Amino acid sequence: MGGIVRPFTLRYLRASGHLLDLGRMNPLLLWFHKFGSPPYFYRVAGLWLPWLYALALIAGAIGLYGGLVLAPADYQQHDSFRIIYVHVPCAWMSLFAYLFMAANAFVALVWRIKLSETLAMASAPIGAAFTFVTLVTGSLWGKPTWGTWWTWDARLTSELMLLFLYFGVIGLYHAIEDTRQAARAAAFLALVGIVNLPIVHYSVVWWNTLHQAQTVSLMGQSKISANMLWPLLTLAFATHVYFFASVLARARVMLLSLESGKEWVRSLVSAVEIAHG
Amino acid sequence: MADFLAMGGYASYVWSAYAVFALVLLADALAPALQRHRTLRDLRGRLKRQARKSTP
Repeated sequence: MGGIVRPFTLRYLRASGHLLDLGRMNPLLLWFHKFGSPPYFYRVAGLWLPWLYALALIAGAIGLYGGLVLAPADYQQHDSFRIIYVHVPCAWMSLFAYLFMAANAFVALVWRIKLSETLAMASAPIGAAFTFVTLVTGSLWGKPTWGTWWTWDARLTSELMLLFLYFGVIGLYHAIEDTRQAARAAAFLALVGIVNLPIVHYSVVWWNTLHQAQTVSLMGQSKISANMLWPLLTLAFATHVYFFASVLARARVMLLSLESGKEWVRSLVSAVEIAHG
Repeated sequence: MADFLAMGGYASYVWSAYAVFALVLLADALAPALQRHRTLRDLRGRLKRQARKSTP
């Protein structure tokens, strides 16, 4: 009888993730599983961080130089168009950060992975920062081009909604005492709020009011000349790299307090203490 | 140089936009470093208190 039960139990345990046959896992899954362990993540993220910050800084400097100095002035908007180089990358990041947050929120809710909860909550303030910059720079661009700081145009309104969604996620996370419960509640809100993303993206198509339609397209031909486009793409790259650097830095600190009772944090703290004398 | 800073008459809009971008991202970059400092200080304190409790 034992001969029948055991293989079944083994298979069940393996399938349910309770028993991991590390030798038989494919390398990607193995890496993914290892990366999900907080001490491993803390160490690897710490190794990547300086490189990510440096790459973001260099790419950002090149992009800013290209946008402010090398790119010619626009024939219609003259030099005011240069706001595009901070406005558009931040606008893209405001959506990208939300997607990243929602994807991690989904993983956190379904598989209850601590690292996913942490990554989702770490990306919320960065997304909020990018959304805030998008709104303010858009306002500063709107005044000379449209003649108004603000209008209840569909794109502007849905982007403001995005900022409030970020605030909601951050607020809910800080309002509940138990950190892991808080993360799951906020993750749920983040998932619900994903309905706002297509509204932000397609608002310029669905409601043709003041905000212009997109100029740069991932699939088709971009309606912008090459010497104006490359600084924009360089800055988009820089802000993406920066986002990941900031997420990793925040997640590392959050894991330290989340795992404060664990042995790896204790030994890390005493090691820092020795280093400080 | 003066021409560059004048931004064709749009200086206040362009430079304010770039300043907001730089300041917000700078604050965002400093936040985790400060939080890390605070967390490590708290954890060190907690570790010390525990050590004192266990050795009378």
